[in-house]
Amino acid sequence: MSAFVEMRGVSKGFDSPSGRVHVLENIDLEIAQGEFVAIVGYSGSGKTTLISMLAGLVKPDSGTVSVAGKLVRGPGSDRGVVFQNYSLLPWLTVFENIQLAVDQAFARESLAERRARTEHYVQLVNLSHARDRKPGQLSGGMRQRVSVARALAMDPEVMLLDEPFGALDALTRGTLQTEIERIWRANRKTVVMITNDVDEGILLADRIIPLAAGPRATLGPAITIDIERPRDRKALNHHPEFKRVRKQVIEYLLSSAARRRAARSEAQAPSSAPAAAPVGS
Amino acid sequence: MTKSRSSQKYLEIWQLQKSFPTPSGPLVVVEDFNLNLEQGEFVSLIGHSGCGKSTALSIVAGLTPASKGTVVLGDREVTGPGPDRGVVFQTPCLFPWMTVMQNVTLGLEQVMPKVSKAEREAVARHYLELVDLGDSTHKRPTELSQGMRQRVGLARAFALSPKMLLLDEPFGMLDSLTRLELHEVLLTLWRENKKTLLMVTHDVDEALFLSDRVVMMTNGPNATVGEILHVPFARPRDRVSLLEDPAYYALRERLMGFLEDHAQRPSETPASDGMKPEPSRPAPVINAEA
Repeated sequence: MSAFVEMRGVSKGFDSPSGRVHVLENIDLEIAQGEFVAIVGYSGSGKTTLISMLAGLVKPDSGTVSVAGKLVRGPGSDRGVVFQNYSLLPWLTVFENIQLAVDQAFARESLAERRARTEHYVQLVNLSHARDRKPGQLSGGMRQRVSVARALAMDPEVMLLDEPFGALDALTRGTLQTEIERIWRANRKTVVMITNDVDEGILLADRIIPLAAGPRATLGPAITIDIERPRDRKALNHHPEFKRVRKQVIEYLLSSAARRRAARSEAQAPSSAPAAAPVGS
Repeated sequence: MTKSRSSQKYLEIWQLQKSFPTPSGPLVVVEDFNLNLEQGEFVSLIGHSGCGKSTALSIVAGLTPASKGTVVLGDREVTGPGPDRGVVFQTPCLFPWMTVMQNVTLGLEQVMPKVSKAEREAVARHYLELVDLGDSTHKRPTELSQGMRQRVGLARAFALSPKMLLLDEPFGMLDSLTRLELHEVLLTLWRENKKTLLMVTHDVDEALFLSDRVVMMTNGPNATVGEILHVPFARPRDRVSLLEDPAYYALRERLMGFLEDHAQRPSETPASDGMKPEPSRPAPVINAEA
C-alpha cells in the first residue's frame, strides 16, 4: 500500500500541574490516497491531538507526520479540517465564510472564478437558500454543513474530520452522514474521520481503527470494512460483516478501557472492593 | 427479583394529554398516551428529539401538570413531585461546592432524617461503591469526568430508594463508548435494588440493552404510543454475546425502522433542519444561540 497520509512512531504529551501527561504513544498510521478511514475512541483518549498533528496544528514530540510524501510542518490548504464546533466567523454570511477559504487557496484566480467556486460548494451542501445568512441564524446542522463546504472548497488533498457530527441530534447526524458519503463518493478525497460512534465509523469508512483508551493511547488493529456502498443504516443490521466489525471494535475498546481501569486502581492503593466488571457482568 | 410479578400496573398512565398555549391556539404535544408498568420493570421510551417523550416523563415526575388524564403510582395519584420518584437528568446537577459524599447524603437527610450521620454515610458509601466511585467520595464534581459525575447522579438517585426512577436521557451527554460503561453501572444498581424504571432515550442500542420493554413514540405534535417492543433477552445480559445475536439485530432493525418511518420533523421547513424543536416554544425558525 502506498501511504498517502503517514504517521511513523508519533508520540505526544502535554505538561500538567501533576507532571507530564503522555497522551499518544508510538502511533503508526498509513492511509492510501482516496481512502476513507475512521478512528474510533473514547473522549479524552487523544483523538483530537492525533488529528491536530495531521492538520499541523500540533507538533509531535517524536516521530514524523507526512502527507503526499511531504513532511507536515504546519497547517496548509492541502488539508481541510472540520471541527466539532464548526468554527465559523460569526460576522460573515454562509457565502462569505466559504469564500474566505476559497480566496486563500485560489488567490490567483479571478474574482468571478472564485465566486463561481464558492457558489458551487454552497450548492453542494444544499445551503443555497441560506447563502446570505450569518451563522447565528443557522441551526447546528446547517453550520456544520458550512464548515464542511469551507473545508472542501479549498480542494484539499486530505479532509480531516474531528467528530464532525458530535454536537448534532440523531436525525440531523444521519442526514449529514449520508451527505458526507455522497460527497466522498463524488470526489474521492482521502478522509480521516475521528469519532466516538462505532456505527458512524462502520457506515462511512473503508477501514476503522480503534484508538485504545489513554494515557499512552495507541492505535489498535485496523479493520477493513468490506460492505458495498452506498450503505443503508437499517439494512446493515442483517449484514454479517457489519456485525463482525462492530463486535470486534466494541470488544477491543471495552477491553482497553478495562485494562486501563485495572492499571489505575493497582497504581492507586489496593482497591476496596472488586470493581464491577464492565464487560460481561 | 423477590417481588412477585403479579402486582401489575404499578405505574398507570391513563389518557394523558399535554397541550401548551400558543398565539395560534393550543398546541397538543402529547395525546392519548396510555402505558402501564409492572413493579420492577425497566421500560424505555424512545422517539426523536422533540416528540414529547420528555414531556411525558416530566408529567410522571410531577414536574409538569397534565392537561388531561391521570398518573397513578402504587395506588396514589401523582399530583406533584415527591421523594417516591427519583429523577435523573442528562446532567446530574451536583452541587459544586460539596464533595461526592455530601452530594449523596444531602438527599438522604431529607428521606431518613432520624438516622445518624454515620449511617447515612454508610448508605451513601454503599451506593458509591456500586458505581465504582468508592475511592472518590472526597472529591468535588469539578475533579470528575462527565461520566463519573453521572455515576454520582445515579448513586444519589438509587440511594434515596424511591418507588420508581425516571431517567431523562441520562447518558445523552456522554460519548457513545463511555455510555456503554454507564449502562453496566445502571444495571448493577438496578440488580441490587430492583426499582421500577422509566427511561427516555433516543439511542436504539441503549434501549435494547437495558430494558424489558421499549415503547416507541410517534412524532409530535399529538405524539402518542406507537409500538411496544418486548425485549426477550435473559438477564444479566452480556453485551459481547448480544453483539452477535441475530435476534438482537432483528429487534434493532425494527426500532430503527420505526424511527426512520417517523423521521419527518414537525415543522418541515428547510430552515428548521438540525434544530431540536422545543415543544413549549413551537414556532422559532431560527436558532438564535451564537
